[in-house]
Amino acid sequence: MTDPAVLTIDSVRSAMRNKQTTAAALVERFYAFIDDADRQVNGYLTLCKERALAQAGKIDALVDQGAELPPLAGVPVAVKDVISTAGVRTTCGSRMLENYVPRYDATAVQRLEKAGAIILGKVNCDEFAMGSSNENSAYGPVRNPRALDRVPGGSSGGSAAVVAAGTAVVALGSDTGGSIRQPASFCGVVGLLPTYGRVSRFGLVAFASSLDHIGPFSRTVKDSAQLLQAIAGRDPLDSTSADVPVPDYVAALDQPIRGLRIGVPSDAFASGLDPRVEARVREAIEVFRRAGCEIVDISLPNNQYAIATYYIIATAEASANLARYDGVRYGFRNKDAATLAEMYRRTRDQGFGAEVKRRILLGTYVLSAGYYDAYYKQAQRARALLAADYRKAFQQVDVILTPTAPTPAFKLGEKTGNPLEMYLADIYTVTADLVGIPGISVPCGDADGLPVGVQLLGNYFAEARLLQLAHHFEQLRAQAPASAQA
Amino acid sequence: MSTTIAQTSLTAAAEKYEPVIGLEVHVQLNTATKIFCGCSTRFGAPANSQTCPVCLGLPGALPVLNREAVVKAVRASLALNCQINERSVFARKNYFYPDLPKGYQISQYDKPIAEHGWLEVDAKNGGTHKIGITRLHMEEDAGKNMHEGFADSHQFSYVDLNRAGVPLVEIVSEPDMRSPEEAYEYLTRLKEIMLYLGVSDCNMEEGSLRCDANVSVRLRGAEKFGTKAEIKNLNSFRYLQRALEYEIERQIGVLESGGRVVQETRLFNVSEGKTFPMRSKEQAHDYRYFPEPDLAPLIVSSAWRDELAATLPELPRQKRNRLMNEYGLTAYDADVLTVSQELADYFEAAAKGSKNPKAVANWIMGDLTAHMKATNTTLADTKVRPNQIAELAALIDEGAISGKMAKDVFAKMAESGEPPRSLVASMGLQQVSDPAALEKIIDEIMAANPKQLEQYRGGKTPLFAFFVGQVMKATKGQANPALVNDLLKAKLG
Repeated sequence: MTDPAVLTIDSVRSAMRNKQTTAAALVERFYAFIDDADRQVNGYLTLCKERALAQAGKIDALVDQGAELPPLAGVPVAVKDVISTAGVRTTCGSRMLENYVPRYDATAVQRLEKAGAIILGKVNCDEFAMGSSNENSAYGPVRNPRALDRVPGGSSGGSAAVVAAGTAVVALGSDTGGSIRQPASFCGVVGLLPTYGRVSRFGLVAFASSLDHIGPFSRTVKDSAQLLQAIAGRDPLDSTSADVPVPDYVAALDQPIRGLRIGVPSDAFASGLDPRVEARVREAIEVFRRAGCEIVDISLPNNQYAIATYYIIATAEASANLARYDGVRYGFRNKDAATLAEMYRRTRDQGFGAEVKRRILLGTYVLSAGYYDAYYKQAQRARALLAADYRKAFQQVDVILTPTAPTPAFKLGEKTGNPLEMYLADIYTVTADLVGIPGISVPCGDADGLPVGVQLLGNYFAEARLLQLAHHFEQLRAQAPASAQA
Repeated sequence: MSTTIAQTSLTAAAEKYEPVIGLEVHVQLNTATKIFCGCSTRFGAPANSQTCPVCLGLPGALPVLNREAVVKAVRASLALNCQINERSVFARKNYFYPDLPKGYQISQYDKPIAEHGWLEVDAKNGGTHKIGITRLHMEEDAGKNMHEGFADSHQFSYVDLNRAGVPLVEIVSEPDMRSPEEAYEYLTRLKEIMLYLGVSDCNMEEGSLRCDANVSVRLRGAEKFGTKAEIKNLNSFRYLQRALEYEIERQIGVLESGGRVVQETRLFNVSEGKTFPMRSKEQAHDYRYFPEPDLAPLIVSSAWRDELAATLPELPRQKRNRLMNEYGLTAYDADVLTVSQELADYFEAAAKGSKNPKAVANWIMGDLTAHMKATNTTLADTKVRPNQIAELAALIDEGAISGKMAKDVFAKMAESGEPPRSLVASMGLQQVSDPAALEKIIDEIMAANPKQLEQYRGGKTPLFAFFVGQVMKATKGQANPALVNDLLKAKLG
């Protein structure tokens, strides 16, 4: 059997079908690899070997029976620790939920297993998905497998890192303001943000409900397409999930891209952008141009309000979503408090980390009497304006191309002292979450050995289009001589 | 005594003031399952046995709106003459409390499902008074904290979340009520409507009907409202009235002694019959409402609204008026008989086959009600069928039995369920209404009592009763009393 780090969904499935290995053996092999390789990365928080072997047993039984194998048969998957797994601890990267074991599976998890995937364990992330560097985890930072002194990005740092390190074939992450695409860019893997409502949020521990998405990480675009295929679609348990048919994402990959129009916003190369990132992204544009795509300059006039809008809406929703962690029913409780108010105060003071508390305070403030209109209501208006900008843009172009993040992976500790600077790491990604459109980050080269990603944004439910362009881009880069990749 | 003097002057002062009352009523909808999950709403189940990730507020769980709760809320709104908002929005009401699993209650705020309704109540001086209904909104109930009854209750409190997520509607009235009696009447009529609709069991003891009151006083004739107090913990109709009476008197006392009423929330203490302010900490809430992002706006199309409007039953007030018109009932009788839909239906089933609806009404309100009370039974399990009531009334009207006999027949009928006509036969109760037969008996009695006859004719008219008694005795009480009267009068001269 080959190196785990080069496996894909297809190669795993065919290895099962051709009986080159068993699912059980593959699982054992991955755990051995994790044991070895994850020590430095700190990607996994909890392994669920029993569950993984049980699922592997089911796949192996299917193989023995000669039955048709499900689409993700035997594929080892890592799941971000903000996604609920029955019987498997789900910490959200927080001390608050250190010993919290959900009694139900998230819909996405259920669908993964139904599709034959094997969940290896739960992976590290910023506490309650709040952060851009994975340094806000109560269980220590994740290190970027491509450069161990650097962050993997966040908040789905663990998901990106384990896929990059090969300790999982694919992973589920979550994206509220860029938390899939930015770490994908930092770790040199593919990360997909689906349209809001495309994938059920049931079981995704809420940070900001109107912005939260579950989405795939993978090393190839095709794997993301297959993973999305398995988890997408209406879920009666999530009222915000969309009743829109799920197309065949894999079938769309090889459709020709000649003639497609790619919009590049006027502010895509604004100040603050690392010149090395700019160079890689401009090369990516050239790749598309050479492939026959039309590059169109577009304007998104309200983009400048995106970060402010995002940090008002996201924190407002977070302040309510995190109210349930009060020490009453589950999770951490300070046991020394003499009164109820004191129990609340101490539990939340000790159970939450600094960034989470900062955002709860911000969110509480913007919703307070006398401030609601100036902040929250205004932010909702800005959100509507942004959506209108993008709707208009998509009348002109098929997709919009930008850098995924303004810089490559930065050093651990580099930005922890400056939250505002950290917030700017999301500058290219937050808008898609606010508008509800899908986006993908695909590797487009390196900056002094550090991965760089290019982001494509699509119209509502246009994931197939994004995957198609990203897939072509990936193939074209693989064919190009190394020098062209710089 | 000084207290007497103080009371007297207060009574005098009370005349100067007019109370202004508005009610906020929570009605639990009797859906089978909770408003945002599939858990049962059954009352009295073991603590926390009717819970799931959604109503426990577990991380990652999401609400899904119960359609039946919307149906019931819309029907309640329509019965209260409200306008249904085609688009309403759920909102989060944020506060910390152990019985509130998510740390926020899903409610409706600036876009409730219904607004601008009214409810008609009887006015004190006859006529009716429309009480405005500001809004009706949907929300989820909280759980219940339990501070007593456990071995370690001195140290810990427990929480039962069976009730968390049970659907509620909150019905907010305009400050249109002017006396505790009127508030009582409003709540009575509101409850009656909810029961008629079948959207709630309105059981105050089980908490399915809850009431808070806003009350202020102002000088009669004044236009501006006084400062109001909100009174909570009014868990019976009687407490509502008593608390309002106390609070009105208290506010008048404050004003009369030169003070100012403070805007605050007060709790009614049942054992003392007084209201007390809640600790200020408990009332300083900024709920930070914002639209619930987990639920799409609720759309009630006009077509759906009309469809639901068509399912509304005849409501108590309409029914009362119709019973008065159709059956010639008095307002009082119509009121008693429409106390519940079942009773009204029972009456109508009986009255429809009767030439004497008034008598039917009397039987139902009298003997039947008394019987059910005595035997602790309900209309559903009484053996007396409506047509039997009609038959009994007819037997009297036909002169077949006397009213007194009918009471005996009723008692037997209530016991056995046998039809009155066959009971009359089997009990040998046939009334003697044959004038010829009675005349013969009267002649015999007159002949046998010449002395009394002479005295009667000599002017001692009270002896009439003696002759009636003799006829009854001779007929074993089965003589038609009215006929006996007539015949005796004619014969005695």
